[in-house]
Amino acid sequence: MIRLTNEAFDPGALLTAFCADRTETGAVASFTGLCRAEAGAAQTLELEAYPGFTESAIAEIAEAAKTRFALQDYEIVHRVGVIAPGEPIVFVATAASHRRAAFEACDQLMDYLKSRAPFWKKEHGPDGARWIEPTTQDKADAERWDKPAGA
Amino acid sequence: MCQVLLFGRLADVAGWRERRLDPAPATLFGLRDLLSAEDAQLGEALAAPGVQAALEKAIVRGDRPLPHGCEVAFLPPMSGG
Repeated sequence: MIRLTNEAFDPGALLTAFCADRTETGAVASFTGLCRAEAGAAQTLELEAYPGFTESAIAEIAEAAKTRFALQDYEIVHRVGVIAPGEPIVFVATAASHRRAAFEACDQLMDYLKSRAPFWKKEHGPDGARWIEPTTQDKADAERWDKPAGA
Repeated sequence: MCQVLLFGRLADVAGWRERRLDPAPATLFGLRDLLSAEDAQLGEALAAPGVQAALEKAIVRGDRPLPHGCEVAFLPPMSGG
């Protein structure tokens, strides 16, 4: 499931719900991204999406990861709108028979979300606002998954 | 007619996020040229590295004809998480 939300969410509750009723899932991996204050430089983050396009672009990557890692299931929740330091921005959970697939799929989905998913992120601080673009490291992280599995 | 959407810093540079053009240029490159001729700063921002275009919510590379009533979006480099 993929969901964009304007509302704050509880990653613990999402993880509990995701783990419920799984008798054939050996492994659930999850990642929660929180909004950083950057020592006062960021008072809020503003996340913009392109409704309709953002969800379908994420779904394309998530379905490819599901096939690649033989996932049983995944869940991606991403905040949009204004986010305060300490609040969760993103939650990713993956379910697989075994842990390696769950870990790797979760890692890949996060690398993708950081630099390739259609979101635009603006940091509002005491000195004004600035748009955040993916770092060289973010791009290199996402490129790790561009080669076929096992190559 | 076409609907033009700007995202991220492109909307800040232009001072608008959504605009209906009627009549609309026949092609995507024609549209970009028109927007650039109207607003040189937006033109510069649209030509910056990493800016992509989406036609009917699908990324397109190169020029395309613009069907009547279509939605065109200009997307600066993306960053989530």
